[in-house]
Amino acid sequence: MNQEVGKKEPGEVTTLYNEFETWTVNTGGQTIHAKRMPGFFRTFKDRAQLALWLPFFLLPYLRWNGKQAILFDIDHNQFHFFSLTVLPQDIWMLSLVLLVAAMTLFAVTSVASRVWCGYFCFQTAWTDWFTWLEDKIEGNPTARRKLDSAPWGLDKLRKKVLKHTLWALIALLTGISFSIWFVDAFDYWNRLIHLQLPMVGWVVLVMFFVGTYILAGFLREQTCFWLCPYARIQGVMTDNQTILPTYDYTRGEPRGKIRKGGEAVAPQGDCIDCFQCVQVCPTGVDIRNGQQLGCITCGLCIDACDVVMDKINKPRGLIRYASLDELSGQPAKKIYQHPRTLVYLSIILIALAGIVWGLTHMGSMMLKIVHERQPLYVQMSDGSIQNKFDFKVLNKTDKDFRVKVTAEGGVKDQIIIGAEQSPMTHHGRQTSFTIFVKAPSTNIVKDVVPIQFRVESVEDPNVFAEYTSKFYGPNK
Amino acid sequence: MSDKHDASSVPTTGHVWDDDLGDYINQPPKWWMLGLTASAIWCVVYWLYYPAFPISNAGYFTKGLGGWTAIGEMEADKSVVDEVRGKYEAKLKDMTPAAILADSELTEYVTRSGKVLFGDNCAACHGTNGVGTHDKFGLFAPVLNDDDWLFGGTIDTIHETIAGGRQGMMMAHADILSEAEIDTLANAVAAGKPTSTPLFAEKGCTACHGEDGKGMQAMGSANLTDSVWRFDSSVEGIKYTIKNGVNAGTPETRVAVMPAFQGGKLSDAEIKKLAVYVYKFGGGQAQ
Repeated sequence: MNQEVGKKEPGEVTTLYNEFETWTVNTGGQTIHAKRMPGFFRTFKDRAQLALWLPFFLLPYLRWNGKQAILFDIDHNQFHFFSLTVLPQDIWMLSLVLLVAAMTLFAVTSVASRVWCGYFCFQTAWTDWFTWLEDKIEGNPTARRKLDSAPWGLDKLRKKVLKHTLWALIALLTGISFSIWFVDAFDYWNRLIHLQLPMVGWVVLVMFFVGTYILAGFLREQTCFWLCPYARIQGVMTDNQTILPTYDYTRGEPRGKIRKGGEAVAPQGDCIDCFQCVQVCPTGVDIRNGQQLGCITCGLCIDACDVVMDKINKPRGLIRYASLDELSGQPAKKIYQHPRTLVYLSIILIALAGIVWGLTHMGSMMLKIVHERQPLYVQMSDGSIQNKFDFKVLNKTDKDFRVKVTAEGGVKDQIIIGAEQSPMTHHGRQTSFTIFVKAPSTNIVKDVVPIQFRVESVEDPNVFAEYTSKFYGPNK
Repeated sequence: MSDKHDASSVPTTGHVWDDDLGDYINQPPKWWMLGLTASAIWCVVYWLYYPAFPISNAGYFTKGLGGWTAIGEMEADKSVVDEVRGKYEAKLKDMTPAAILADSELTEYVTRSGKVLFGDNCAACHGTNGVGTHDKFGLFAPVLNDDDWLFGGTIDTIHETIAGGRQGMMMAHADILSEAEIDTLANAVAAGKPTSTPLFAEKGCTACHGEDGKGMQAMGSANLTDSVWRFDSSVEGIKYTIKNGVNAGTPETRVAVMPAFQGGKLSDAEIKKLAVYVYKFGGGQAQ
């Protein structure tokens, strides 16, 4: 088709094709075998990944007071965090936690671009570990390409089997580690070894096993390109003030190969077109084309370029963390001059304030009272007026206790009926009981008066909850 | 992913539009063809397995090989609920209503199912939540929320009432008492002090309503001294009751019949549940 187009008069529109021809998109047609080079960002990435994801594997085994310290107990609708227990009624705080997480992602991205993608994301981390194993077993990228195209033999089989076995083990461990955040870790292992997981347990495990194996083993950078929504939206958070791994084109261009023992014919930039930056890139992009979708800003190209610059006695930083402002000679702005970041930060602060308020006001009991609607009140045989209240008490502590019921307000000389035996409340769930309040009709001066109930543990007066309801009487 | 294919090797239909637009003769992708075939097979299997095709207007249809029915699925779902209820129901079976009342967890369970039973069987006369209903003569069926009970408000007597029904009786006095005597008695009763007139004892009212006028639960006679009224608290209404009686067999008489629910209408367990539910309305009395 292009040939036919070429025959036509070169018009305005055909210049689009010029762009198209240089626009290379990695569609996974061939496996990226990135070179591993030591350097500052390599070390940072290694440590950041471990810092975030080692706890993912290990934290579930932490015990606290004989129970799992952190447990999203789906079976019992509870979330345990050390001595704190959160019931579904308080789960609104989770939305604030998620908001903080999302806004932190945005804020960090607006300051220093895709930090999450480059150093922390599970896709990046697992892919990195998988390729590290590949590098150890099959050798460097050149050796790997050779092995891939080599005919099957004993050596190739041995290497491949070893690699895939190790990958599968990591994938299996990933599935197990995910599962034990939601059920007791030791109990889970016990059931797993005896092959007695419930159906949902097997489904989750198989899903995570297959998912990890395929995503980190085969799809790799394609996940970032075609599957991940964050990869796409994170680009929107960055602007001219955001620092990101950037090729300094003013310094580097015109690029050209360095020649042995002689000056270049034409004036030449610092870039010697060695392709080291492309070779180390885990997503296979060329950073010299500018910031692009495929770049997860992991900084590995910076490490590679710095090594080369040292060798040819040029200053480091041909590729470096720089903002577009800096590159185009604009004065660098301070962080407080960055409205985007400030907006994200203020949302984080508001959400954090909400979480703190929620945690301090959570209480260990919750009380809801529904006043009987029909009849609103009952006249008793001695002429007094009785109201019926349905109490719903949620005991958020970890033990059952009895409660006493008291009331303030209401009608003079009222008596509370129904709590003489101190009703028992069961931990971790709601207990309902009925309370009657009876008052002499001569003391009733208004048809509706507020009455404040207080439910209090008989053992510990600090465990209480209050609720204001209404006492109804005949119209006076 | 199309970079593996060289487009120029694919033949076109030969038609050319707008100078350079051709139409390739390509096979649809293999995954797409597989999907299409699988969908077609799926349709056939579905048709055979499930009830699918109407045969006539008379409601005949292919029943399907799987034997699935909507009602069957509903029954299966219901058995899940029945299983949850089962352990409570098994406990209830051999317990007295008083024992159920003593168990707070069972009481909670019973009051929940009692609400439904009450709505289906009792509310027609006693009103939603036992607030009572009225007819042109006054209160038709007693309020169940208060603490005034004709036949007794302990859990056992309430249970007895629901199981066996109740029917109080008061004879008509229109032919026995003079208008003046009825007037005196009605005014004394309306004031809540029936014993204030000597007529109360002289005319034999005490035989049923007691020396003190507080009624006798054994026969279901009303307490005439308290603030709760069975029919009508006005002097006219009280006169009507004295004249025509209750369940006295005449067309004018007041009617007050509680039917028996044992023996067909409700199961033993259901009656127990209702007894506890009514007891918990607010007027239940200790044994």
